[in-house]
Amino acid sequence: MALQRYEWADLLLAERLLEMSELLEICEQIVSKAADNEQIEAVAIYSRETEARAYEGEIESLTAAESHGVGIRVVKDGRQGFAHAGTFTSEDLVETLSEARDNLKFATPDEFCGITDSDGIKPAALHVYNEELGKVSTEEKVAMALELERCTREKDSRIIGVESADYSDSISESAVVTNTGIYASSKETGCSLTTYSLAEENGETQTGFGYSIGRQLDDLNIEKAATDAVDRATRMLGATKPPSGRFTVVLDPWVSAQFLGIVGGTLNAESVQKGRSLFAGRQGEEVAHSSINLVDDPTNPESFTATSTDGEGLATRRNVLIENGRLNQFVHNSYTARKDGTSSTGSAIRGYSSTPGVGVQALAVTPGELSPEDLISQVSDGVLVQGVSGLHSGVNPVSGDFSTGAEGLRIRNGQLAEPVREFTIASTIQKMLSDVNGIGNDLQWLPMRAAGVTLVIGELTVSGA
Amino acid sequence: MDTRQESEPLLDADLLERSLEKALHKGGEFAEIFVEDRKGMSAVLDDGRVEELTSGRSRGAGIRVIVGETTGFAHTADLTARGIEAAVDSAAAAARSGNSENTSVRLGTENKNSSTVQMLPSMVEKSKKVALLTQANEIARSQKEEIAQVSVGYGDSRRRIQVANTDGLLASDDQIRTSFSVSCVAAGDTGLQTGRESVGHTMGFELFDEIDVEEIARKASQRAVTKLGAVPAPSGEMTVVVGPGGGGVLFHEACGHGLEADLVGKSASVFAGRRGEMVADPMVTLIDDGTMSGEWGCYAIDDEGHPAQRNVLIDKGELTDYMWDYLRARKEGRPSSGNGRRQSYEHLPMVRMTNTYLEAGSSTPDEIISSTEYGIYVAQLGGGQVNTATGDFVFGMTEAYLIENGELTSPIRDGNLIGNGPQALLDIDAIANDFAMGSPGTCGKDGQGVPVGDGTPTLRVGRLTVGGTAA
Repeated sequence: MALQRYEWADLLLAERLLEMSELLEICEQIVSKAADNEQIEAVAIYSRETEARAYEGEIESLTAAESHGVGIRVVKDGRQGFAHAGTFTSEDLVETLSEARDNLKFATPDEFCGITDSDGIKPAALHVYNEELGKVSTEEKVAMALELERCTREKDSRIIGVESADYSDSISESAVVTNTGIYASSKETGCSLTTYSLAEENGETQTGFGYSIGRQLDDLNIEKAATDAVDRATRMLGATKPPSGRFTVVLDPWVSAQFLGIVGGTLNAESVQKGRSLFAGRQGEEVAHSSINLVDDPTNPESFTATSTDGEGLATRRNVLIENGRLNQFVHNSYTARKDGTSSTGSAIRGYSSTPGVGVQALAVTPGELSPEDLISQVSDGVLVQGVSGLHSGVNPVSGDFSTGAEGLRIRNGQLAEPVREFTIASTIQKMLSDVNGIGNDLQWLPMRAAGVTLVIGELTVSGA
Repeated sequence: MDTRQESEPLLDADLLERSLEKALHKGGEFAEIFVEDRKGMSAVLDDGRVEELTSGRSRGAGIRVIVGETTGFAHTADLTARGIEAAVDSAAAAARSGNSENTSVRLGTENKNSSTVQMLPSMVEKSKKVALLTQANEIARSQKEEIAQVSVGYGDSRRRIQVANTDGLLASDDQIRTSFSVSCVAAGDTGLQTGRESVGHTMGFELFDEIDVEEIARKASQRAVTKLGAVPAPSGEMTVVVGPGGGGVLFHEACGHGLEADLVGKSASVFAGRRGEMVADPMVTLIDDGTMSGEWGCYAIDDEGHPAQRNVLIDKGELTDYMWDYLRARKEGRPSSGNGRRQSYEHLPMVRMTNTYLEAGSSTPDEIISSTEYGIYVAQLGGGQVNTATGDFVFGMTEAYLIENGELTSPIRDGNLIGNGPQALLDIDAIANDFAMGSPGTCGKDGQGVPVGDGTPTLRVGRLTVGGTAA
């Protein structure tokens, strides 16, 4: 086909907002160019974000961002090629399709390669879009950032500054269209407050963060974000290095969500098929304490990563990964499912600039009965961890080795005691899952792909002084 | 294949001048337009097959308008006069209260930098790139029967940028980077282990005249197999020797971030107010150098249009200066140090490192190891993180060994080390003469990633906490 024959609608986005139907239209235009024996998938995204950052009573920066992009995947004779562009001009769309077609020539043929058909499952009706958010004035957003900063600063005399206090929001839309029967779109809104406080006493500085997230302005709680940021910083003042040894460790929800996110990363079929998962071949076996039920459910609107369709345009669904400590299933996209002779679990994850991967989207442990206070009261000698660092550098999701920097509070005789910092906690992912001996009732959905809940790990190695 | 030379300016000077004037007219005291055109491709071989080639293209402009303490920022992917105008309007929304008297802008002569690469990656046939993947895969798999999986990645990018501001600055750069990496999984009685080796340089396809992809494959494969015999890492404070090349991450985290003027200015750094003080032994000289030709973190101009510089941060133990971007330097009435960087046109610039390295010392690596009775030797580091306000930092080890009675003994499993920046600097007690640059890195700060390089000779820190599980 000759490229110059293509006709595309040029979209000049600067002076107006894009409509959802236009994203679908762009995708349809691309897909309509499919030749015989050629599968084409087009994914397009559009998002608008604003961010107001306050510092010392003034607005330090006010950002109005508008992003869009398109990704084109072409499959022919078992080979896949991909290209993406951050613009929607006809020239770029033509070039992107042509690049994707050219790229597939260099791939190794693979019988399982392909673009998914529709599986007939209807996407859940999710209310994750609130159009009122788009109508909030800049003045109102700026005022929230300023109030957040003031509130954080004035809460405690030991707060010497606020490193940043941000209001941010986003409205995002995405569409996936293929010539194999997929025609899907979704849109969502989100807004958040984030603040980082600096506390000082006797020449020593400590930091703490607080946040609040929601789908609309009314969901945001300035008081809660500021209080958390101040408490997290001030309670660390005077922290010392704990002794090395083996302790019972309580992970707060913020930390446990990051840990569960890593566990979720090992439960995808791609890692298993490629021999990179420590859980490969263990389906049906006991891999965690029997109290653990781990569920990935992107159809739960409570999750801030909830979505009705996945990266390939299939309906998302509730997947039980670990049931009563036994490994129940892995998550699949259409490729890994074909390879294993099963169905996709609606777990394709991607942006417009990548081909569909596979992963969890809204992971949570089923909460327990006890409050965090009750769980702590049962620990005679331990550590409550409120923050971890170096998750990317000290955790190996293939071997399972787990070691992170940490800070928190000692627990003595069931009571929170003095602050501790500059230590690490270490174990293996396998052992940590087996060593969970308490799950809190405080499930919190966080701005990440996993929810947090207070978790008690019977034994972890603490390395300190 | 890309056969165009693409040397014409991204936006013409007239449009830039008019748009900047408009920003001033709307009340801005300072305005800047950053234009970027990025093109790149990557290829991945995994599980024995070439999975996919990906091509990407993006371009757009980011516009900053500053009034008093407030920066208004907007960006657009629409580089027509109309698109730029709309973005100027959005960026200037915060500037209503401003009252500029002089709204005329005259851009100076363009500081134009063209790439010095010999082989533009976009001019190289894709089949040649794919052949490198296949070659590395075969070598990695043929080394040892324990190798169970291999993934090989190739990437190249071309980033053309243009910056203009109301101070009359007009500058452009053409940045080309090429990278290659091999990751292996080895399987044995002790489970799975991983080994990775990567190279990345600010150069074109001629990179592969200088490096041997087979050597990279052998290193990655050996690393994974060696770790099958690894013992759990020790736990607690001990002496840590870091091998040549890898130690840059330690300095990047222990003090690099803490010397960034934006964090210093907000009292969010333990190094604030310490210029002129001795912060380390006189053998320590630490430099951040954006001019190191060919290195991963180098460039001709930063993303605010100022030339890259060689900046001495610690001179023979004395803290000499912080790193600066134009915005903060302008406020302080001093020149920028050429460290204003951003991930893309969709981001605001901030103070960032370039290539950060420790100058060589006089010991030999053997002297350092043999005089260490007990500790660990870290041959490859795997990234890190720091809280600049407290100075607490971590870095990962992805290849490390025990040191017992002055000799390297058992390999140890992956883990993090933790320390406190100012204390770790004081605890450096030996530096060797075997300087080397390390692997290419991506440094993350406030959600933005930029390419950085680092380097060190072998060095010893008297005391750091190793985060293993062994009693």
